[in-house]
Amino acid sequence: MKAFTYERAETITRAAAAAVKPGTKFIAGGTNLLDLMKLQVETPSQLVDINRLPLDKIEDTSDGGLRIGATVRNSDLAADPRVRRRYGVLSRALLSGASAQLRNKATTGGNLLQRTRCYYFYDVTKPCNKREPGSGCAALGGFNRIHAVLGTSELCIATHPSDMAVAMRALDANVETLDAEGKARSIPIADFHRFPARTPQIETMLKPGEIVTAVTLPPPPPGTQIYRKVRDRASYAFALVSVAAIVDAAGGRIRSARLAFGGLASKPWRVAQAEERLAGASADAEAFDGAANAVLDGARGYGHNDFKVPLARRTLRAVLTEATRA
Amino acid sequence: MDMNAPIGQNALDDPKSIVGKPLDRIDGRLKVTGAARYAYEFAQETTTTYGYVVEAAIGKGRIRSIDTRAAERSPGVVLILTHRNTPGQGTGSHHEAHPVLTDANVNYYGQPAAFVVAETFEQARAAAYLVRVDYERVAGKYALESNLKYAGSPPAQEGQPHPDSAVGDFTGAFASAPVQLDVTYTTPLQSHAMMEPHASMAVWEGDKLTLHTANQMLSQGQEAVARTLKMPVENVRLISPFIGGGFGGKLWVNADAILAAIAARQLNRPVKTALTRQQIFHVTTHRSDTVQRIRLGTDRDGRIVAIGHDVFSGNLPSEQSFETAAMQTRTLYVGANRLTRHRLVPLDIPIASSMRAPGEAVGMLALECAMDELAAKLNLDPIDLRIRNEPTEDPEKHIPYSSRHLIACLQEGAKRFGWDKRNPKPGQVADGRWLVGMGVAAASRGNPLRTSKANVRLDPDGILTAKMAMTDIGTGTYTIMTQIAAEMLGLPPDRIRMELGDTRFPEAAGSGGSFGAASAGSALFDACETLRAKLAGAAGMDPKAARFADGNIEAGGRSKRLTDLVGNAGMEADGEIGPGTTLKDFSQQSYGAHFAEVAVDMDTGEIRLRRMLGVFTAGRILNEKTARSQAIGGMVFGIGAALEEGLNLDPRFGHFVNHDLAEYHVPVHADVPVIDAVFLPELDTKSNPLKSKGIGELGISGAGAALANAIYNACGARVRDYPITLDKVLTVLPVQA
Repeated sequence: MKAFTYERAETITRAAAAAVKPGTKFIAGGTNLLDLMKLQVETPSQLVDINRLPLDKIEDTSDGGLRIGATVRNSDLAADPRVRRRYGVLSRALLSGASAQLRNKATTGGNLLQRTRCYYFYDVTKPCNKREPGSGCAALGGFNRIHAVLGTSELCIATHPSDMAVAMRALDANVETLDAEGKARSIPIADFHRFPARTPQIETMLKPGEIVTAVTLPPPPPGTQIYRKVRDRASYAFALVSVAAIVDAAGGRIRSARLAFGGLASKPWRVAQAEERLAGASADAEAFDGAANAVLDGARGYGHNDFKVPLARRTLRAVLTEATRA
Repeated sequence: MDMNAPIGQNALDDPKSIVGKPLDRIDGRLKVTGAARYAYEFAQETTTTYGYVVEAAIGKGRIRSIDTRAAERSPGVVLILTHRNTPGQGTGSHHEAHPVLTDANVNYYGQPAAFVVAETFEQARAAAYLVRVDYERVAGKYALESNLKYAGSPPAQEGQPHPDSAVGDFTGAFASAPVQLDVTYTTPLQSHAMMEPHASMAVWEGDKLTLHTANQMLSQGQEAVARTLKMPVENVRLISPFIGGGFGGKLWVNADAILAAIAARQLNRPVKTALTRQQIFHVTTHRSDTVQRIRLGTDRDGRIVAIGHDVFSGNLPSEQSFETAAMQTRTLYVGANRLTRHRLVPLDIPIASSMRAPGEAVGMLALECAMDELAAKLNLDPIDLRIRNEPTEDPEKHIPYSSRHLIACLQEGAKRFGWDKRNPKPGQVADGRWLVGMGVAAASRGNPLRTSKANVRLDPDGILTAKMAMTDIGTGTYTIMTQIAAEMLGLPPDRIRMELGDTRFPEAAGSGGSFGAASAGSALFDACETLRAKLAGAAGMDPKAARFADGNIEAGGRSKRLTDLVGNAGMEADGEIGPGTTLKDFSQQSYGAHFAEVAVDMDTGEIRLRRMLGVFTAGRILNEKTARSQAIGGMVFGIGAALEEGLNLDPRFGHFVNHDLAEYHVPVHADVPVIDAVFLPELDTKSNPLKSKGIGELGISGAGAALANAIYNACGARVRDYPITLDKVLTVLPVQA
């Protein structure tokens, strides 16, 4: 850990203004940032503590949705009765992540902004374009069992590790921010995380100083909500593949479906064509396979993670079967 | 005393017995309140400095140059050790010495390249990242499987099992056997992953060194430190009252202790260091991966006529210890023609060494899975197959077993587990979207005994103080030793003061290899016997007739208070145990049977344990509760070995990619839903005066194979490459409905 200055922000605008200074990081739960600082993967010169900001509320919105403050803890969000009742996919996704202790500290904004778990990203003695642009990608020719099969680039094959964000992607959440000039904007979660492309070190649409203030959820769409996480042990493991599904079906026919995936890609993954194919289709193996084909179009493994392609196909099939069961 | 003859009736056979009872850990309160002090928690003097290891970031080569200037200017830095300013040290195998920073050569990834000492831990860590090392890389041999052609026979070492064994004509008998099984298994690199990191604090007073250090075998550690630092043994003191797990990772002196000692001497200030979780994986030892070929030839009734086990493991070219995976194959089943061979592949990766049940832990993953494959081939129940192959004497040494109740364990376990409900045909039982199966495996672990000494003193206040340089690595040693002393002297446990973890106390075996309780406990027993005789003498009673109870000695209708017999200075006695001829005259193992029920998700291949039972015999059980915990802990290790654990080597760098606990998976609570361990009554009179046998490693031996066999029964996938992760069963799962 490198020496850094520490400031506790009392207002949101003050936090955003302080963060314009290069080398600044916001700290909330710190469950990911502190680990990365100890390893000098992150070396901020200034930490702005946002835990005292009034961003810890979950509020109803006028359109029947929810507004989740950026510092709402993962445990609190998962346990909120409105979330449990209307956004079960989100509650389940949260509870499938990390451990109880970590969820008690981790926040909504921090969860969105957590860094990849790529082994080589964590090891400063190894090349990593995300950590050190231009140094190369050690995962490409290395051990890459947990890596992405979709949305990768020749510079980076890391996954986004969040469960929460996958559910939010299926729910069409919006990320609310405030920039250093005090200007607010709302970024659809589909656009919030970027593809690695030529700049894997830039992971989101946030500008310097821009702070996540909340995540808003539109009213829940109709249908059965499922979060299925496939992992190497029963708890406390990142997803190999996860599926957030909201499927409205009756009488063997699918009215609408939303499908988001974790563990497969550089960002929470969603493919419109897959959902279009399912809309109006009869709930059968052919439709499910068609959706899987659309989701996995262009998927490629890098050796150790080849299994993720058939695994994703089988998992989606299981989820859709469950969701459309009469 | 040396164990040269079977033990007759003794004081522990008395039915009033404190020994064996499920006494709560006497140090439990200290631990849960944080009052038990571990190596890193000693003596926060203002003069204390903190060291941080800089690891070599290449697998093999040399340090061309090392630039410490920026680090030296970093706040708080007081010393940076590199090979340029570190004194010469004594050498030896990693069992004997642990020299550090000796020259510019890098022999393995993570080998210490520098040691930065500063006023605070954070300063040392920050400065360590400023040390610039320029390496000259050379090609290294890293992966076991791609370097098998370099395998050689490790030299036979005195007191160690010979790498090879042969009886009869294995090749001919196997070739002509009516039923043959020839299968190869692989097990991965594994790390101990104990809770407490390796930590040491070194304090010098003149030419005398005190090391607070996390070390399982203090007496050996004391010698290794002395040899490394080229100083007299009596000037080295190791203190280690509490250890947060070891599993073999703290058997030997590691770099933390030697670096702290050298730096503290140069600075003339105390130096404290703890390895980070990430560093432990490379800087300290691990269990080698293995390639194991098992060949079993039987007659048409399933009786083994030929049994062969070939094992490859790796280690540094300078090390000769190998993974003794075929040891139980030498003794577990019948067969007139036998062949076992261990081969060692020189590799340029960190030091391979003992990890919980070295040998058995991975050897029985292979042997006990092969027995299941053989049973399937013969269309026999796996328990029946083992019964058909139960020997009446050790099949290789042709000596009797000291005690052996493997079949009783299998049969009792089968009854308790509901084995009769198992469908022998794989892939037949479904529960929702889960395929469910059961598996069984035998457990067997060698029963060693080592030299150990003890001292006891009964004071006029009625407190019995026992001292041994023994350790408690979380297993319950304080508690069982207290029970032994209380039983022997007829005192309540709260009258016993058990002092362990200091080389100023009599030399003891330490904790490792399942020999700790038997060795140190027997030494304590011996010391108590001598004290009993002295007390009887002082009371004018016949020691053989004397009974000790409630703080009194009684014989011939007379009774005296012990406190009235010990005088003002108290009364002392020494005890000692040593291995003797019973280890040669009898084949000594503890035994058991593992039963596992697993479910395999028919969509995703996720494998989850549902329930597990171990039934064991291990001689006299010294504490029902700590023994059960030990057994369950071993079984949980077995779950990890079967399903989760494995270091992934990157052969480009020679390093372990997943060197943290986020990605080096060990079982979490949710992976262990229902588990139980049962000990059947047994006394082993050839083992030691306690008539106990080792239990620390029995629980892991064979455990993982029970899961592997259950996976086969559940879904028909016979995976021979551990750990059995979902990607390895995906291809055999049924087509989705």
